[in-house]
Amino acid sequence: MPQLPRTTGLGFKPEHFRDIMAEPGVIGFFEIHAENYMGDGGAPHAMLAALRADHALSIHGVGLSIGGAGKLNADHLTRLRKLIDRYQPESFSEHLAWSSHGAAWLNDLLPLPYTQQTLTTICAHIDQVQDRLGCRMLLENPATYVTFTQSTWSETDFLTEITRRTGCGLLLDINNVFVSATNHRFDARAYLAAFPLAAVGEIHLAGHDTEELPSGPLLIDSHGAPVADPVWALYAEVLGQIGPVPTLIEWDTDVPGYPVLLAEAAHAQALLQSVKPGQSHAA
Amino acid sequence: MLHDLSHAETERAFHKAIWGIEPPAGVTAPDRADVAQRFKVYRNNVQHSLTRALAARFPVIEQLVGAEFFTAMARVFIANAPPRDPVLLRWGDCFATFLAGFPPVSHLPYLADVARLEYARGCACHAADADPVAPEALTVPDPGALRLVLHPSVALFTSQMPAVQIWQSHQPGSTRRPFARGPDHALIARQPDFTVIVERIMPDTLAVLAELRDGATLGHAATKADPTPALTLLLRHGLIIDTDRGAVA
Repeated sequence: MPQLPRTTGLGFKPEHFRDIMAEPGVIGFFEIHAENYMGDGGAPHAMLAALRADHALSIHGVGLSIGGAGKLNADHLTRLRKLIDRYQPESFSEHLAWSSHGAAWLNDLLPLPYTQQTLTTICAHIDQVQDRLGCRMLLENPATYVTFTQSTWSETDFLTEITRRTGCGLLLDINNVFVSATNHRFDARAYLAAFPLAAVGEIHLAGHDTEELPSGPLLIDSHGAPVADPVWALYAEVLGQIGPVPTLIEWDTDVPGYPVLLAEAAHAQALLQSVKPGQSHAA
Repeated sequence: MLHDLSHAETERAFHKAIWGIEPPAGVTAPDRADVAQRFKVYRNNVQHSLTRALAARFPVIEQLVGAEFFTAMARVFIANAPPRDPVLLRWGDCFATFLAGFPPVSHLPYLADVARLEYARGCACHAADADPVAPEALTVPDPGALRLVLHPSVALFTSQMPAVQIWQSHQPGSTRRPFARGPDHALIARQPDFTVIVERIMPDTLAVLAELRDGATLGHAATKADPTPALTLLLRHGLIIDTDRGAVA
């Protein structure tokens, strides 16, 4: 699989299709949610084919439930393989989370304990995914609101061990880091210092919402607001350490007009370009 | 003991709690007092995102019962028939059956049929692609021997109630008109420009279209009724994707 360009990308929204195609190539790459392109035909595929002709593409799955206790959905893996064969993306990524239980699909990225047992299951799932899809995948760190008493691994150690065992790369979502750090009252910089940055193949940036709990703020990973200042600051620091990395702006709810997304992308691009050209990406 | 909860048990407890009231055993937070409020974020995400996915698939049902009622009803439907697959564009096939048997909407007997129509529209949206033939493909000697291959999105819809008219009257810009008595019939299909049409048709046109869809020759379909309205519709919307001579079939 060829690599994503080390520039800024945007999550593709069909309502922006005309704006994008009026001036193709302005954005370095687009990312799609795989599950929205699993119909047989129609407008989604027509738009994606046109988009793909002029842009690098990242396929981001939300449906595999890699962190689930049960078996992976073999039909879904087949559909993903078909999508990858058809559109030849530069990257495929999924989440450290689960979304289905038994036969029920819950449509959310749910958290899991970090134990020896979950580690073994997840590594087996990732081996199966990489084998079936014929490519190295990136695994995204989650934003969480609760943790589990039975966890025996830190999230960063857990992710490090997953990359070591499976050879997968990581998708570092810096908004998720900030959300989880705030919610669980730990230091985002300490988390990033422990994060296996050498395995990072892509960065996600997004906005969040804030609720107030009696004990302090609870941040919600809403993807419905501009990237927050502290997240930009963490992003700049990560770039300083590992050099330019393909970076995606995600905006999935209350999606604004295309110019708003372009402005967010331009901000990320300025930070990417401020990184010394000599600094090379370690992954 | 909590530490003995297996991965599967943790997941089962979490899943159960999504539909329950208490947070599951084993989840925690720096201040244990707000675990319930934190867990509620997951419960809300699951219920809200699935409700919105259902509303996106059945927008006229949401209009007919109102957003607040729809949300409450969706909660019952989702808890009883959650999606079985991560591809939500296929979800909702049993929503019409649910509506037909849901006592709080028994005073709206047309609701199930409107839901069937909306589901069929969604299927047409995502059906396989195929290019239409040029209209000249029908101007051949002995056209009565032709069989038509219709676009994969083509669906024929029938309701014993005025479900098509009810659906049409809830489209943007539609004007209120008294409904003709049912039954209602419609051709549902996707045009080459990806617009999905819901075209109310007469019983004769339905009969001809059904014959053509099932592989009858034009000549045989014409024994049911005058095929002109059906052929006009199919050509106007680009829904004939191939023809072959009847004798070979």
